Amino acid sequence: MAAIEIENLTRMYQKYSARHRFKTFKSAMIKGDFFKSLKPDEKVTALDNVSFKVEKGTTFGVIGENGSGKSTLLKVVTGIAKPTSGRVVVNGKVSALIELGAGFHPEITGRENIYINGIMLGLSKKEINDKYEGIVKFAELENFIDAPVKTYSSGMYMRLGFSIAINVNPDVLLVDEVLAVGDASFVPKCLDRIQDFSRRKKTILFVSHDLGTVEKICDQVAWLKKGRIQTIGEPRRVIDAYLQDVAEKQEEDFEMGKVKAGKEKKCEEERRENRWGKREIEIKKVKIMGLDGNEKHVFSPQDGIVIEMDIEASASIKDFVFGIGIFNSQRVFCYGTNTLLEDFQPVSIQGKGKAVFRIDCLNFVNGIYYLDVAVHKRDGYPYDYHRNLYSFLITSKHKDDGIYRPKHSWEFSPEIKIKFSKGV
Amino acid sequence: MLQLIKKLKNLYKYRVLIQTLVSRELKARYRGTVLGFLWSFMNPMLLLIIYTLVFGFIIRPRIEEFGSSPWLYALFLFCGVLPWQVWFVASSLESANVLMTQGNLIKKMLFPTEILPIVVVTSNFIHFLLGLPILLISVPILGKTYTPYLLFLPLVMLVQYVFTLGFCFLISALTVHFRDIKDILANLLTFWFFLSPIIYPVTFENIQKHAFLRLFMDLNPITHIMWNYQNCVFYGEMIRWKRLGVTFLASLVLFFVGYYIFDKLRDSFPEEV
Repeated sequence: MAAIEIENLTRMYQKYSARHRFKTFKSAMIKGDFFKSLKPDEKVTALDNVSFKVEKGTTFGVIGENGSGKSTLLKVVTGIAKPTSGRVVVNGKVSALIELGAGFHPEITGRENIYINGIMLGLSKKEINDKYEGIVKFAELENFIDAPVKTYSSGMYMRLGFSIAINVNPDVLLVDEVLAVGDASFVPKCLDRIQDFSRRKKTILFVSHDLGTVEKICDQVAWLKKGRIQTIGEPRRVIDAYLQDVAEKQEEDFEMGKVKAGKEKKCEEERRENRWGKREIEIKKVKIMGLDGNEKHVFSPQDGIVIEMDIEASASIKDFVFGIGIFNSQRVFCYGTNTLLEDFQPVSIQGKGKAVFRIDCLNFVNGIYYLDVAVHKRDGYPYDYHRNLYSFLITSKHKDDGIYRPKHSWEFSPEIKIKFSKGV
Repeated sequence: MLQLIKKLKNLYKYRVLIQTLVSRELKARYRGTVLGFLWSFMNPMLLLIIYTLVFGFIIRPRIEEFGSSPWLYALFLFCGVLPWQVWFVASSLESANVLMTQGNLIKKMLFPTEILPIVVVTSNFIHFLLGLPILLISVPILGKTYTPYLLFLPLVMLVQYVFTLGFCFLISALTVHFRDIKDILANLLTFWFFLSPIIYPVTFENIQKHAFLRLFMDLNPITHIMWNYQNCVFYGEMIRWKRLGVTFLASLVLFFVGYYIFDKLRDSFPEEV
């Protein structure tokens, strides 16, 4: 039997403008069409025809960008929000970790809040008595439990909230991005507790931006995009598709940003700061592409990159060097080379031409990179120097650090017990 | 209607929650004050002193019933002011805010929202009960005697409870959509206070002279509630059964209308507060 069944669920939110509200107050007074006038003038669809099933005993992940409807989905499953249309069936007792400590009253003590919060979550007084010790211990608040909650740090607040909610012992647990505040030792403890849940064959609906955790603990993942289910299925596949989409969006943003910047920077003055030289040889245009020759600006570390320069020389020139420099966002010079250093001897150049620089595998870590391109004399006299005028972005699922990401691998002798969790 | 009653029955399941929230409210209110719970007695006491001072000694009653005794008049005033101010006004003003201040609960947790106004009215009722001994103690001190009619007080309280709850359902639900109510309310309540027989008796000649004012008095449910409080404590007379009965029915109607509107608007709360 499915623990959660959702069929054609649509949830709209209503937007009332301030003006409209005033109008309704008046019209409500005059015409008496009170309920009618409370109808909104604009609707926002938060969930659009969503259907899925979560089998009993499985952990189901929901991923998606901000505003894609994840939290609304959880609220509808909890029953806090009602579906506009469609059907939601939940079998069993639900506990939601939507906002930890939502019902805490700041003026009264942690102890009293445990009782009140527990009762709100559906426990009886006796049950709370039985679980009280465990709750306090798990929250690591033995010394502060008789202090008013307003004196707690946000971490303590969150720990207490989590501890109460997890001790409700529901059949279906809903988790919404609540672990973000926990410290390095508490978060694993919570995750442990959540996994313990799934071992006991309870159902979990898990909403998170932490794709690594989602892949680790979920059996199935749904990707929500603008209120619709984009893909649903095996975690690895869905997460990959999601990341791909995010990369594409970043690419778009990047392009938009560039177009905008290009428009604004039309004035030569600003450009001059980053571009100098008398342009006897001019770099007319620089194109950044993938190895397949399609223009793009977002790469993954193992991708290659092609930088193509359109060159035009006004006269025949015999002394010229093409150079490239790559900087990261902190303006650290990551790599630089030129044709002279690599033993190319200039012969002559005139008219139009193309110079293409190609890296087969970027091997940089995450981040934005800026490009210097230049053509100059052997002694350094610049014909045309473009400083940091171009940029590209590297995104990777790994959060490794530094600048350079050499090709590498790990090996362990059998005494070391270590598991590869396919990490994201 | 049947559905409403079913929902009300369902609330019974939440009695422990209501209980806990009320005690949370009571505990939290005086937390951090030096006198703590004593304030529940102090507040009505101070109220009594202020009214005695102002209306008894400064303004001086010109109402025959009380002769020229400011003490008697003070007792009379207190019979009405206590339930009005400590219970009804406090509940109304609080419930105009309660859905907003407790918005976090509505948005993040699942429980019947009507619990919130119920908790407001109930916790203020308890404050009223705590102030009641002050009223009762002052009966002989201020020159009246106890009568068996005091035993009817709970009946009057029941009527006021139903009336207040209905009013608070209405206020709390509507304020979510029309925040203006919060500002109107305080003024409305002051107006209502002076239009009800609290600082003057129902038999006040200036009112009895005008047919219009008399009718207005009779239509005001608070009139009958306050009058009956005064009957029990001050006059030592029998409750006016007919008036109290009709007021009770009116209160029930208000209660269901209030609850109906609250229920209708319920789904809009999580996104509006």
